[in-house]
Amino acid sequence: MKDNDVMVCRCSDVSLKELRELIKEGYHTFEEIKRITRIGMGSCQGKTCGNIVLRELSMATGKNINELNMQSNRPPVVGVKLSLIAEEADRDEL
Amino acid sequence: MSYSADVVIIGAGISGCSIAYNLAIKGIRNVIVIDRSYIASGATGRCGAGVRMQWGTKMNCLLAKESIEFYEKANEILEYDRDVTFYQGGYLLLATTEKEISQFKENVKLQNSLGIPSKMVSLKEAKDIVPHLNTDILLGAAFCQKDGFLDPFLTTDAYYKAAKRLGVKFLTYTEVKDIIVNNNKIERVVTDKGDIWTDKVVNAAGGYSKNICDMVGIDIPVYSDRHQILVTEPIEHVQGPMVMSFSMNLYCQQNPKGPFIMGRGDDNEPRDLRITSSWKFLEDMAKTIKNVLPPVANLRVVRQWAGLYNMTPDKQPIYGKVDEVDGLYLAIGYSGHGFMFGPLTGIIIAEMISDAKPTVDVSLLGLNRFKEGNLILEPSVV
Repeated sequence: MKDNDVMVCRCSDVSLKELRELIKEGYHTFEEIKRITRIGMGSCQGKTCGNIVLRELSMATGKNINELNMQSNRPPVVGVKLSLIAEEADRDEL
Repeated sequence: MSYSADVVIIGAGISGCSIAYNLAIKGIRNVIVIDRSYIASGATGRCGAGVRMQWGTKMNCLLAKESIEFYEKANEILEYDRDVTFYQGGYLLLATTEKEISQFKENVKLQNSLGIPSKMVSLKEAKDIVPHLNTDILLGAAFCQKDGFLDPFLTTDAYYKAAKRLGVKFLTYTEVKDIIVNNNKIERVVTDKGDIWTDKVVNAAGGYSKNICDMVGIDIPVYSDRHQILVTEPIEHVQGPMVMSFSMNLYCQQNPKGPFIMGRGDDNEPRDLRITSSWKFLEDMAKTIKNVLPPVANLRVVRQWAGLYNMTPDKQPIYGKVDEVDGLYLAIGYSGHGFMFGPLTGIIIAEMISDAKPTVDVSLLGLNRFKEGNLILEPSVV
């Protein structure tokens, strides 16, 4: 399979080709790559694509994957409907 | 390592990158931009991605109008290989009180006199523009089609790449530790990667602008506080404009790529540099959105984050030189709208450094206005 047929990020439609070109351009951290491509910003929040990106970064930079950082973990852990949060907040106030 | 530069810019957000680009096209290319992290890692990359011309002071209106007119052509001018994703879906400003209605009317009059095509709209018209808007809680609204969404990362990246092509040097992951001043003149900038010898420094450090001024002993009347945002899962495009309310403390717009972004401030925030997320914000935001844009509350929130507003007493930026230190230039204190003013910030500061005739006269926005008590308060900030 060609690089541009391999999808690294299913939420934001980013191909392996695009990822590798970006790394070649000098974007060498997950956070930088995320901001250009939106990798990790979709519904999965990097749970699917995160390790693939780190592996590619590790191969390109020669750094051990342990030395590379995943994106910042941000709340909530899983997607929650805003209406549910609002209902709970209203209930707390009763 | 030791470097020398004609100009050192502290901060690689939209302001720093835009200043660097504008210096470079004027032929001043021995320029170094320093950032403690990566490009747009601070307030720029954390902002709500909206740009608007609908302001309440003449200066803010002019800065925003000129900047948005630049953004309309940014891809071409900056020869960007991606797309800054400028979508002019407008800003719909909601009024819930009579006081707000009269304020908006005044603002629209000022904006129109400066060539900004804003207008007051009826509740029916507002509903036509945003069909899922709860107009029962409103008295009226103001609208400007030229306002809209712009991708902060890609826009800053466009400036960064253009500046780099022209020879500007970027030192990311580099922290400024001190600025050495000798006989009231800048001598060098001390960083954790070595010293940079220069006689001109631009403070474009956003939320950290005060820390930089402290290094040279200048007390500036700004503070930073945390503002929070959240983003939902993406859906098909259903909301054209940014919906904004000052009285209900809300802004909410749909990224053209699908997700809704919404944020608010909090008057009780301590004045510090925290950018953590809070549960209270999530609850307050959820309740407000359920009230104002009810169907949007059916979406799942996937992420929340925060960034710093660098606030001035009149909520307008501080531009220009300071009396106490020769060679120091300020481009700070945007009070939450530095991203929108990026293009003009770059043009103005580059013109000051090269002693060129200013495109927009910003003499009213110097640091001295606070000594002289010459403040015109911006009424329209969330």
